[in-house]
Amino acid sequence: MQILVLTKPVPDPAAGAERLGPDNRLDRAASPTVVNGNDEYALEAALQLVEAHGGEVVILTMAPANGTETMRKALALGAVRGIHVTDEALAGADLPTTIRVLAAAAAQEPFDLLLGGLDTSDGAGGAVTAGVAACLGLPLLSAAAAIEPDPAAGRVRVRRLSARGYDLIEAPMPAVISCTQALGAPRYPSLKGIMAARSRQIASRSLADLGEGLAPADGAWATKVVASEPPVTRAAGRTITAAPADAAREIADFLADRRLI
Amino acid sequence: MRLTEEQQLLRDAVRVLADEKIAPRAAEIDRTATWPEDVRALLAKHDVFAIPFDERHGGLGSDLLTLCLAIEQISRVCATSGLILAVQALGAIPIQEAGTQEQQDRWLPGLASGEKLIAFGLTEADAGSDPSGIRTRAVRDGDEYVINGTKRFISHGSVADYVVVFAATNPDADKASRRLSAILVETDRPGFKVTRVEHKMGIRGSPTAELAFDNLRVPVANRLGEEGQGFSIAMKTFERSRPGIAAQAVGIAQGSLEVAAAYARERRQFGKPIADLQMVQAMLADMDASTESARQLLYAACEAIERGYGDAARWAAICKLVAGDAAMRVTTDAVQVLGGYGYIDEYPVERMMRDAKITQLYEGTQQIQRLIVARSLLAGS
Repeated sequence: MQILVLTKPVPDPAAGAERLGPDNRLDRAASPTVVNGNDEYALEAALQLVEAHGGEVVILTMAPANGTETMRKALALGAVRGIHVTDEALAGADLPTTIRVLAAAAAQEPFDLLLGGLDTSDGAGGAVTAGVAACLGLPLLSAAAAIEPDPAAGRVRVRRLSARGYDLIEAPMPAVISCTQALGAPRYPSLKGIMAARSRQIASRSLADLGEGLAPADGAWATKVVASEPPVTRAAGRTITAAPADAAREIADFLADRRLI
Repeated sequence: MRLTEEQQLLRDAVRVLADEKIAPRAAEIDRTATWPEDVRALLAKHDVFAIPFDERHGGLGSDLLTLCLAIEQISRVCATSGLILAVQALGAIPIQEAGTQEQQDRWLPGLASGEKLIAFGLTEADAGSDPSGIRTRAVRDGDEYVINGTKRFISHGSVADYVVVFAATNPDADKASRRLSAILVETDRPGFKVTRVEHKMGIRGSPTAELAFDNLRVPVANRLGEEGQGFSIAMKTFERSRPGIAAQAVGIAQGSLEVAAAYARERRQFGKPIADLQMVQAMLADMDASTESARQLLYAACEAIERGYGDAARWAAICKLVAGDAAMRVTTDAVQVLGGYGYIDEYPVERMMRDAKITQLYEGTQQIQRLIVARSLLAGS
C-alpha cells in the first residue's frame, strides 16, 4: 500500500510561544515547530498500516523553506521520503488555496490512501483534509478512530467517531481519511531512525511545478486575519474552606444554581 | 562548546524518552530497589544502547560526547537508568580497545542492540583503589583458564550476560601491573555464582553484586589482549568510562536544579515566592554555575579524549572529580531550597542527593582522581 500523509509544521504547543506577527500572520520565528498533533496520529496509523500490509509512507507538507526541519522528524518515525511544497507566493495562504495546492501536489503521487489530521493546532479551519478529497474527487472517510483496509478488494473501512460511539463506513480506494487521536498514540523515534532521516529525500515543489491558477496573484486571499486577541483572563476562583459536609453542600448549591447538576 | 547537529538531534530524542517514559518510573525504581527491565527494553528499542558502537556491529558510530549527552539526559530524571548506559559502555570498552576482530564481531552486536548486558569485574573486597591486590586467579589448563575468586561491588553483576573479569594470570610478575589479564566470562558458565546483591544508599535500582567463581572454565579465546595486559586495559578503559560517570553527575545536578528552581517559584513564604528572596536566588545561581561549569568541562574532556591529545587519563579524572563534587554540592543545596519537603520522598531531590554520592566513589574515588591529576601534572618535571 502506498500512503500519503499530510504533515503540517505547527508551533510547539508545549513551548507556549505561538503568536502572530505585525502582519497578523503566524510569527514562525517565535516558536519551535513540531508536526501537528493530529497529523502525527495520522502518520502513526499509516506506519502501522504499511507494517501490516506492506508498502511505504510518504509525507506531504506545505511550509516555508525551513519546514524541512520538522519534516525530518516525521521521516525519523519511518516515512521513506517527503514532498515539500514551498513558494514565497504561498506565505499566508488562505484555506481554499492551501487545499488546491496540496491537492495538486497529491495528484502527482500515486497513493491508495491519503491521511491527514482532522484539524491543526495553529488554525481553526479543519477543512484541509476534507477539501483535498473534494478537489481530487475522492471519497472522504472522516474522524477516523480505526482504519481497516482490504487491499485485495481495493476497499477501506473506517470507524468514524460519532456521538453514539462509532459508525462503520466503507469506500473504494484510493480514498482520503481524516484522522483523530483515537487512532492511538504516535511512536517515539529510534536513534537510527533519526540518523536515517537525515539522508532521506525531500523533494521540493514550487507553485510552478504544480500547475497554473492555484494561488491568486499578489496574495489576494479570500480571507485574512485582521486582529488577534488573547482569551479573557478568568476571574479569581472562590475558595471554600468550610468543614467537608458543609463544603460539599456549598459546592452542590453553587453547581445547582448554574444548572450544572 | 558548540554541539554538532547530530549530537543535538540525538540528545533531544533521548531527552524526550527520559522525560516522558523514564521520569515517571524513577521514584518507584528507587523505592522498590528493583532492576528496571522496562527501561533497558526502552533503551534497546530506541537504539540508545547503539550510540557508542561501530556501525558494522549495529551501532550508531557516535563519539564519546554523544554517549555522555545521552547519559546526562537520562540521569537528569533517573540516575539508575543513566547508569545502564554507562555500565554497558564500561564493560564494552575492553572489547573495543583490546579485543580481536573475531571477539568484537562475536560480542559487540549483542551489546549494541541491548539484547545482552555486560559488567566490568575489577573490584574485590580487598582491592578497590589498588587493583594490584586482586586475588582472583586464572590458571591456564590447556585451551582453558580455570578461574577462582570473588569480585565485589560489580554494577549489573547479577543481570549481565557477560562480565569482563580481571584475574591474576601471572601472580609472580616482576611488576604488580603485569599480574592481571582481562577475560570475558559468560555468566551462564558452570561455576559462576551471584553470592550477594548490596543494599545501597542510592542508585538503588542498579544491582551491585558480589560474584564468586568456583573452578569456572573459560576458553583462552575469551581473553582480551595479551596475558599480563589486564591492568593497562583497565586503566585505558577508565579513560573513556569516567566521562560517563561525570555525565551522570552533571545530569543528576541538572535534575535537582530544575526541581529546586520550579519549587522556589511556587513556594510562598512571607507573602511572596521564595524565589524572590535573595538568599534563595544566590543558592540557585551557585547551583546553576556549578552544574554548567561541570558540563562544559565534561564536553571539553570528551573532545580532548576523542581526539587523542595524549593526556586522556588526566582529562577523564578532572571531569569526574569536578562533576562528582558539583553533583553532591548541588543536590545538597536542592534539598536545602526545598526545606522539609526536600527531606521527604514526596519530592525527588532527596533521591538525587543519595544518587549523587556514588559519583564521588565509583570508577575511582575522588581521591584517586586527584592522584591521577597530580601524577600527570608532576610527571617529567
